[in-house]
Amino acid sequence: MALRMWASSTANALRVSCASKAHVSPAFSLSRCFSSVLDGLKYATSHEWVKHEGSVATIGITDHAQDHLGEVVFVEIPEPGGSVSKGNGFGAVESVKATSDVNSPISGEVVEVNSKLSEAPGLINSSPYEDGWMIKVKPSNPSELESLMGPKEYTKFCEEEDAAH
Amino acid sequence: MTISQTRNVGLPLMKLVRWKGVPILQQLHLEEQLLRTSSENWCIINDGANDPTIVMGISGKPAQLLKLDSVLNDRIPVIRRYTGGGTVVVDCGTVFVTFICNKDAVPGLQPYPQPIMSWSSLLYALVFRGFGDFSLRENDYAFGNHKFGGNAQSITKNRWIHHTSFLWDYEARNMAYLKLPARAPEYRVARDHLEFICRMKDYMPRSVFVDRTIKAVETHFSVRPVELEAMETNLNSKFPHSTKLLTEQELEAAAFESHFEKALSHSL
Repeated sequence: MALRMWASSTANALRVSCASKAHVSPAFSLSRCFSSVLDGLKYATSHEWVKHEGSVATIGITDHAQDHLGEVVFVEIPEPGGSVSKGNGFGAVESVKATSDVNSPISGEVVEVNSKLSEAPGLINSSPYEDGWMIKVKPSNPSELESLMGPKEYTKFCEEEDAAH
Repeated sequence: MTISQTRNVGLPLMKLVRWKGVPILQQLHLEEQLLRTSSENWCIINDGANDPTIVMGISGKPAQLLKLDSVLNDRIPVIRRYTGGGTVVVDCGTVFVTFICNKDAVPGLQPYPQPIMSWSSLLYALVFRGFGDFSLRENDYAFGNHKFGGNAQSITKNRWIHHTSFLWDYEARNMAYLKLPARAPEYRVARDHLEFICRMKDYMPRSVFVDRTIKAVETHFSVRPVELEAMETNLNSKFPHSTKLLTEQELEAAAFESHFEKALSHSL
């Protein structure tokens, strides 16, 4: 947050104008708009979420991630039948000028992908935890879920990450 | 220790590669490989590509972005690169500057598109100070409301790349290969390419731009030049590059599809 305030004021001094979607807070505001974090999900430090229901785990990127990335214009996801491994990339999202890797919080077999994202990539922005889900995986090692963060831990993680910057 | 060495103490190391006229496909291949397999910070300056080449972003669709009949007729190479963003035509008048950094390389910088874009604009504000009305307009570098630098990024778990193609000079006929994109910055206001862009050579000497860029980089990093031969021997030739040169067949298929869809829409 501190760097963004510094960057914004310095940018103004140097007559640099930023995109309207830049995450710049008023210099002396004490309030912050927090991204949503849902109960019942587990979270990775790379800002993906997992919802484990029975033998299937659904994966997407968090509200924090989509907010920081900006408008998603293209999504790259694997075909069903492929495998993902914990901590490694399985796809990417493009947000105007940037591609950003999406990493799987767990290992397993991809059993379903969200085909709506090819025509409506913006679902990741408007509904990151529901309609914007990316892949469904059959976990190969369910104990990997235990090492992920819960909602409170992830909320604190995001606050600390934003405060450090 | 000299004064300049003293100043560099504590700054992270950045290796500097200076090329002249290296083909853009080779540059993009090297960049992606360094992004994904290196743990060091890099700055690549390629002063001019060689032959005119069209470079689309990762999701670029030739039929939507290019005047394919002309592209095919003139046998212009078309590349789909690994970073996001729009379409450019590059040639010997284009100067490329690329930063590849660990996510902690710039203290306090969050590895997301807008913070990286803002940071880069502050660096280039130093470069262009006194040479023109420079600003970051949405995601472009511009003098006034004329674009001269296009940006794109790729962000991985622990690293990021920000690269820019600077329009030192350009051939008007090359811009004619590009359609007006459906997605354009607001400040473009539907201007066609030649009204929207400007030439850097009208603002500053080419060598001055490169020298000032390196000096600006030195305010953030301890810069160490690296020779190209040393670079080549370090590269893994089996790396699966995402950047691809489209085949003539792919372009012809896109052109056919485009004609078919146009004919279909006319008949309805």
